[in-house]
Amino acid sequence: MHVTGALKIKKGQKGGGGLAEPALVRWLLIAVALAFLGLFLVVPLAAVFTQALDKGVDAYFAALREPDALSAIKLTLLTAAISVPLNLIFGVVAAWAISKFDFPGKSFLITLIDLPFSVSPVISGLIYVLLFGLQGWAGPWLSAHDIKILFAVPGIVLATIFVTFPFVARELIPLMEAQGKDEEEAAMVLGASGLQTFFRVTFPNIRWGVLYGVILCNARAMGEFGAVSVVSGHVRGYTNTIPLHVEILYNEYNYAAAFAVASLLALLALVTLVVKTVAEWKIQEETM
Amino acid sequence: MIRKQLLIITLSALLAVAGPVAAIAAQVELLNVSYDPTRELYQDFNAAFAKHWKKKAGEDVVIKQSHGGAGKQARAVIDGLEADVVTLALAYDIDEIHSKAGLIPENWQKRLPHNSSPYTSTIVFLVRKGNPKKIKDWNDLVKPDIKVITPNPKTSGGARWNYLAAWAYALKQKGGNEAKAKEFVTKLFKNVPVLDSGARGSTTTFVQRGLGDVLLAWENEAFLAVNELGKDKFEIVVPSLSILAEPPVTVIDKVVDKHRTRKVAEEYLKYLYTPEGQEIAAKNYYRPIDKKVAAKYAKTFTKVKLITIDDVFGGWQKAQKKHFADGGTFDQIYTPSK
Repeated sequence: MHVTGALKIKKGQKGGGGLAEPALVRWLLIAVALAFLGLFLVVPLAAVFTQALDKGVDAYFAALREPDALSAIKLTLLTAAISVPLNLIFGVVAAWAISKFDFPGKSFLITLIDLPFSVSPVISGLIYVLLFGLQGWAGPWLSAHDIKILFAVPGIVLATIFVTFPFVARELIPLMEAQGKDEEEAAMVLGASGLQTFFRVTFPNIRWGVLYGVILCNARAMGEFGAVSVVSGHVRGYTNTIPLHVEILYNEYNYAAAFAVASLLALLALVTLVVKTVAEWKIQEETM
Repeated sequence: MIRKQLLIITLSALLAVAGPVAAIAAQVELLNVSYDPTRELYQDFNAAFAKHWKKKAGEDVVIKQSHGGAGKQARAVIDGLEADVVTLALAYDIDEIHSKAGLIPENWQKRLPHNSSPYTSTIVFLVRKGNPKKIKDWNDLVKPDIKVITPNPKTSGGARWNYLAAWAYALKQKGGNEAKAKEFVTKLFKNVPVLDSGARGSTTTFVQRGLGDVLLAWENEAFLAVNELGKDKFEIVVPSLSILAEPPVTVIDKVVDKHRTRKVAEEYLKYLYTPEGQEIAAKNYYRPIDKKVAAKYAKTFTKVKLITIDDVFGGWQKAQKKHFADGGTFDQIYTPSK
């Protein structure tokens, strides 16, 4: 790229065409990008929906209304409904602390927030098996008091929270750092309290960033497979989330039903994409 | 506004999940943790048992199912998955539940007839229609141009039966000995392009993804694949010798005592041995142990010379230690093909 750019300048001196790449290169790049997009995004997405509707619309809706599917959908919604708000609160608080204040151990905190990104989801699940499993640290005590965490809803929620931990914070930290702390300082000087400053000054500036983070966090919370698979126990109708249910259906030769349920996640992805684009556009508008 | 809506959504989601839990409290619940290919069997059996128990005890029973590779499933029970009964692929995995977690007594396998195995099965070959590679017996599997699909013996019970059946075949050939058996199995696994973690994963690899020339499978799994996915696509080849696979069942004492479900759990397993239970097993292509039912389904199951794990390998404890423990023969012979 760099080399072509340099060559271009030389040519440009003659023709006065500026820094534009030759048409051929431009078209080639666009074609490669589109082919890549088509091959890795559009084709699989189309395949999901064609497979899902393979046996007709009735079969499609029957697959979604089936009790195990309904329970998987409910569990997935519940998991997201608990983990997303918690990570929203945590993410905003962490981003606020990191970008608007200076304190020792700040970079260590950022590293910690990033940890779930760098750990394989399987390990994230196994952490909870080690902690709460019957052979683990807290397992015998929990079992004696009849508290179920592992292989039950709490374990699934915990694993999901862990995996989706960084999404909101990671989204907000660069945004808030770019905005600086001038407006907050002005508010403080004018006598606003901490909370007032946050809700009147800081939050309005970052609301699209927050939405963006929440959407990504939600998509991952609903789609997580690895960590949830480890802690779920795979009890059908009870501890299967949508992704786990898809795997089960697929393994039962129920391909149309598997893809029907998978199409829910695909739809979620599409919605996520749209909201994300709008949010990104708004963020740009506001930081300009 | 948005915040209010979010709150409502959260609350209704919570209620939706809490609702059925409260409703279920009026009936008995059992959790059956099973291995991969028994999904269809227990779907049928659970429905029949629910009717039987309603008649007998006047109580509604809901049986929850969990399926996966046998080793993985046993591990989950050891780690605290509260199974009232386990119905796994082989005795060793249930032994582990005794030795690692102490949830059942050591003599668990003596508590029900036939080594606690209400049905048996064996290992057969599934090949593509017309048997294009002419696979007839175990020695065809080691030919250089054959691709064999089998799951990973480390995680799958079925795969361990596959492995031992191949080993036993080589051992029983003229002039067969341990060294030759090891050489034979080494050659066989050179032909394995991919190891899935469970039997069902391997079947999907072979059937859906179209990988490989032959699938080493549970007999019931092979029948199911043929019937579900078309008799015009696959056929079953029964080798000259195979292994008698006994998938055992047991109640998990510590769990049933905690849940107060011992009576219904024990009845559940005993019902597997009744003519009704045996009939359901046979219909799902498990070989019934009941003589009458077996005679009725004699046509389905090809007669094959079956060796047993006790005779040839001295039981599961020994076989597991020698072949599948870390550094065992499987670790020595298997290097992933590139």
